[in-house]
Amino acid sequence: MNSRTDSRKFKTMNRRELLKLTPVVALGAFAIPQLQKPLLKGGLSFSDWTSARLFRSGHLAPTFADSDLTPFEKFPINGYDVDDPEVDFDKWTLTVSGSVQKPGDYTLAQIQALPKVTQNTRHVCVEGWDVIGRFGGMRLSDFLKSIGADPTARFVSVECADDYYESIDIATAMHPQSLLCYEMYGQPLTREHGAPLRLSIPTKIGYKQAKYLTDLKVSHVLEKVGYWEDQGYSEFYGL
Amino acid sequence: MATRAMAIEDVKTGEVTQAVYEHPFVVRLCHWVNAVSLFVMVGSGFQIFRAFPSFGAKIPQKDLLDWPKALALGGWLGGALQWHLTFMWIYIATGLVYIGYQIFSGNYKQVLFVRHDLPGVLPMVRHYFFFGPKPLTKEAYNPLQKHAYTSAIGLGVLSVLTGLAIWKPVQFSWLAWMMGGFHLARLWHFLIMWAMLAFVFGHLVMVVLHGWNNFVSMLTGWKKGP
Repeated sequence: MNSRTDSRKFKTMNRRELLKLTPVVALGAFAIPQLQKPLLKGGLSFSDWTSARLFRSGHLAPTFADSDLTPFEKFPINGYDVDDPEVDFDKWTLTVSGSVQKPGDYTLAQIQALPKVTQNTRHVCVEGWDVIGRFGGMRLSDFLKSIGADPTARFVSVECADDYYESIDIATAMHPQSLLCYEMYGQPLTREHGAPLRLSIPTKIGYKQAKYLTDLKVSHVLEKVGYWEDQGYSEFYGL
Repeated sequence: MATRAMAIEDVKTGEVTQAVYEHPFVVRLCHWVNAVSLFVMVGSGFQIFRAFPSFGAKIPQKDLLDWPKALALGGWLGGALQWHLTFMWIYIATGLVYIGYQIFSGNYKQVLFVRHDLPGVLPMVRHYFFFGPKPLTKEAYNPLQKHAYTSAIGLGVLSVLTGLAIWKPVQFSWLAWMMGGFHLARLWHFLIMWAMLAFVFGHLVMVVLHGWNNFVSMLTGWKKGP
């Protein structure tokens, strides 16, 4: 196909073709300070929304052989504040509240009476490193059943002895690999790793797996999401 | 897919030049949107990398390189993740529109590197890098160009797949497994970015060498001149 035109018409046509690319300029909205924050927040929320839909209750995180374990002394101790919030083990209880039939203070012995699960799973940090550890505890789902948690509730939130706080969606809480963990590498949790009780959730990023738990609440509405989430990190961050 | 050609008569001098419609609108749109999102993905990717600039163990941590903060986007890890997790959708959507368009329009025949392009690669390499004679090509793109563009699309697909394996190593555990697990997938993601940057560098050198009319054709579609 060969046609003929004059330079004036050609210029007009080229200008029209160039103008068709204006949608690209819309991306410049990300450079405007007032728009940047809400746009990025929207992008992160969309990612979280997608993450929640990608989560499958029956899909298990990979588990590993004992030979794949990261040596205990090379399992990083990550805290946002102090490594040891000096929990008084003799007085420690887990305070349960919210949409549950049996609220109250639970001792470690009461918690440990539930069936124990041990699993070698990968712990992934948002910074980019990962380790494989051996975690022992009871299923969070077993505990939620034992306290008569409302099956229609949407969130489980926790508070910690170091004032850290976190929350997870109920689907993840009911996942068979989500643990209320009191053992690592076959030994009682050390203080640095969150004694006496922490979360171990191989389907979530590291900062969701709070240590030194003191309070657990089952709810329909979240009052606060989590410490790092409040700084701008992903709210769902499922792996 | 017929290439549209046009003879343009200058209104003042009466001189006639040829112009060829080289880049369909969808290709141009995807090209520029992708240029922006690739820039954001690489910039924020470097900021994310700065949080743990290693591919080894956390303890003891051996840093690979200290990437300058000035060449990173997002300011801090959380900020960079917001950029990365926002623009990845734009990056993926652009890729899907582009690939879909190329397939359904048949335009892919112009850029897809196929077996019969293979013998033409070495002569082009000789021409580009060792001052060899310019091989004759009847097609819009020479074999080396086809190779570069096809590879770039391949790298784009791999960057998304390795990224998914890092973002969702449990839900896409099969993807992570294919890449040797989460730990290695992170390394592949990083290496693929460097391969992509190498393409972008070569691409920009070629743009400069081929001059203004060639550059304008990615804006208007039309390439003027011989």
